[in-house]
Amino acid sequence: MTSARRGGNPARPGLAGLAGLLLIVELLPRLRLVNDRFLPPTSRIAAALADEVSTSTFWHSLGETLYAWAIGLVVAVVAGVLAGLVIGSVPLLRALTASTVEFLRPIPSVALIPLAVLLYGTQLGSTLLLVCYAAFWQVLVQVLYGVADVDPVAEETARSFRFSAWGRVRHVLWPTALPYVFTGFRLAASVALVLTVTAELVIGAPGLGKEIATAQNSDAVATMYALIVVTGALGVVINLLTRTGERRLLAWHQSVRGEVTV
Amino acid sequence: MDVLKKIGSAVALPVLLFAGWFLLSDGSASFYAPPLRQILTAFADTWQPERLRADVAPSLLRLLAGFLVAALIGVGLGVAVGLNRRLRAVLEPVLEFFRAIPPPVLVPVIMLFAGIGDGMKVIVIVFGCVWPILLNTVEGVRAVDSVVLDTARAYGVTGPARLTRVILPSASPQIAAGLRQALSIAIILMVISEMFASSNGLGFAVVQFQRSFAIPEMWSGIILLGLLGFALSLVFRLAERWALRWYEGLRATRRRAG
Amino acid sequence: MLEVKGLRKVYSSGGREVEALRDLTFTVDNGDLVCLVGPSGCGKTTLLRCVSGLLMPTSGEVRVGGRPITGPPPGMAVVFQEYGRSLFPWMNVRDNVELPLKQKKVDRSRRRQLVDTALDAVGLSGAASAYPWQLSGGMQQRVAIARAVAYEPETLLMDEPFAAVDAQTRADLEDLVRSLWQRLEVTVLFVTHDIDEAVYLGRRVVMLSSSPTVVQDELVVDLPAERDQLRTRADPRFVELRTRVYEQIQLAKRAAAG
Repeated sequence: MTSARRGGNPARPGLAGLAGLLLIVELLPRLRLVNDRFLPPTSRIAAALADEVSTSTFWHSLGETLYAWAIGLVVAVVAGVLAGLVIGSVPLLRALTASTVEFLRPIPSVALIPLAVLLYGTQLGSTLLLVCYAAFWQVLVQVLYGVADVDPVAEETARSFRFSAWGRVRHVLWPTALPYVFTGFRLAASVALVLTVTAELVIGAPGLGKEIATAQNSDAVATMYALIVVTGALGVVINLLTRTGERRLLAWHQSVRGEVTV
Repeated sequence: MDVLKKIGSAVALPVLLFAGWFLLSDGSASFYAPPLRQILTAFADTWQPERLRADVAPSLLRLLAGFLVAALIGVGLGVAVGLNRRLRAVLEPVLEFFRAIPPPVLVPVIMLFAGIGDGMKVIVIVFGCVWPILLNTVEGVRAVDSVVLDTARAYGVTGPARLTRVILPSASPQIAAGLRQALSIAIILMVISEMFASSNGLGFAVVQFQRSFAIPEMWSGIILLGLLGFALSLVFRLAERWALRWYEGLRATRRRAG
Repeated sequence: MLEVKGLRKVYSSGGREVEALRDLTFTVDNGDLVCLVGPSGCGKTTLLRCVSGLLMPTSGEVRVGGRPITGPPPGMAVVFQEYGRSLFPWMNVRDNVELPLKQKKVDRSRRRQLVDTALDAVGLSGAASAYPWQLSGGMQQRVAIARAVAYEPETLLMDEPFAAVDAQTRADLEDLVRSLWQRLEVTVLFVTHDIDEAVYLGRRVVMLSSSPTVVQDELVVDLPAERDQLRTRADPRFVELRTRVYEQIQLAKRAAAG
């Protein structure tokens, strides 16, 4: 990104890299270096992808995946932000919950898979349980960092001007925590995608992950690769969107700060 | 007094939650949420030494093997890519793509190549873990301070010493961040790969309990997984804090200086 | 002897060319202490990077002892302005000073002796096991000087080394440089933007013009060899010399502006 100024198209070497990957995947099975039942050449994967996108099942599954991802993410972000602001701004709560957060956070969400299966079977609820659990901690921890980052001088200034509690949250706490909220959102967005696809793949909840499992079970290897490429592309798009959004927001935030301090 | 207060606030909520769960669930007739008393009994009965050896040890060994191999490959390739601007420009989108693939979908792919044995599970963990390590190493190596590099050159610190004494230490905070991400992916993949196809391991055991409706045992497995995740992250954090104590100090000094 | 002949450096980026150094020629005799002084932004750091072999000039050459420089030469030590970034934060003071000696394959006991002597010479014997970031700015720059001294250089390059320390520390460090120079009989090239510092320290002062840089003027500082922060700076001859340097720099600035 930083080399963009150096003239020429900065994306070109990257595109060459991607083209190289496609070429290698085409050649490996064609030259019999890899069994094409394990890794079909690019052209066959592309053909399978073309077949997939012409079916309504594919679009339906994509929709289900995105739906579960979005719902889980929104629930996790709202819950994480609210919990983070409340816990973070009350020192007593913060001290009391620190150890519990530290304990619950590293628990792998996939440990909950059996529980999710018992409670919701192969329905959306299973996916949501895993997605919300995993994404919630990402947001919570970032918001807690953000609240801790509040400048004590700003806080005291607000107090000295007799800001109400709400005013302090609105004008001091929230603006400071906002960039952290967005970082949490970005992290949660990619974790949520991973867990959405995982739940579908392992539990069989409807979505792209389930389609991958189906393709695997029916030996449709090219289709399986095609669907994996789709999940990867989805991940790249989500990363790019959240990163761009974050950069815009942070740029705005820092420029405002710069004006205030000068 | 201060120490007591600290310990008190750290212990209070967990004790309260635990006691709450214990008491509230004690009369539970729910099939899915058995009394905690029952779960704890199941825990003690289930996770006997031979069971730990048969199910937990293989899981942990696969996890460690996969994580270490991924760390070696990730740091090695990351340094090579990070030091070479052209290589970086060519490979970055490819690496970003691989990182964006949800790691568990690699399980069916690698099953094709490596069957369903230990090899498959280790390869799955390596393949899933390597990307965050690699990309963070690239980023860390790329960001080595230009004055640091000038100093090394001016004083003849070149060759292997440049790598081990200058570039790797300088990139180590970023590498550690990559390793931390990779560790949680490794745990996920350990469990998933065992749920998919296995004859032993923690993930396998927990799914078996669930399928045979041995609910208290399933709960005890979930708790054990949770404890394992917590313990691994604790060990990692301690190791990180020890290895990067200079970095913590540096950051604290900078923060104080404003 | 250090010879700079017809040195020119043009940076080109994105089709735009910036001429940092136009045509620089000067020499530094063995054992001399020469201060380079010029208005800010006059390419002093570029010049020093060319002399130290960290940067290849566009044309012209730098010779040390008659041999042209193509990379950092062995008998040369550099003290950078950014002490905080030039010292490696992951090593303690002793390791920082010792690392270049290890690279030079100096044996262990000699290394120990050199490090101890150097730290003693800058008054930091007690801080050997501290990390650089635990020290004040002035002390950090002393460590950087100790590292240069322990390296046993024939030529010592200093790039505005005291620009970022407070005035009192600065005076102490100036006296330290003078005394080390006299004791070790090294050739010193000292770059600064501070006219008083240049006259106080140097045996010769080379004045640079604004960018694109040429040599504006040179003068010999005919003050007694024993210098003292109070008396030397009050010496009428000192005042006379600094006035001359000041006038030349102003002239250079005006020429650049007009």
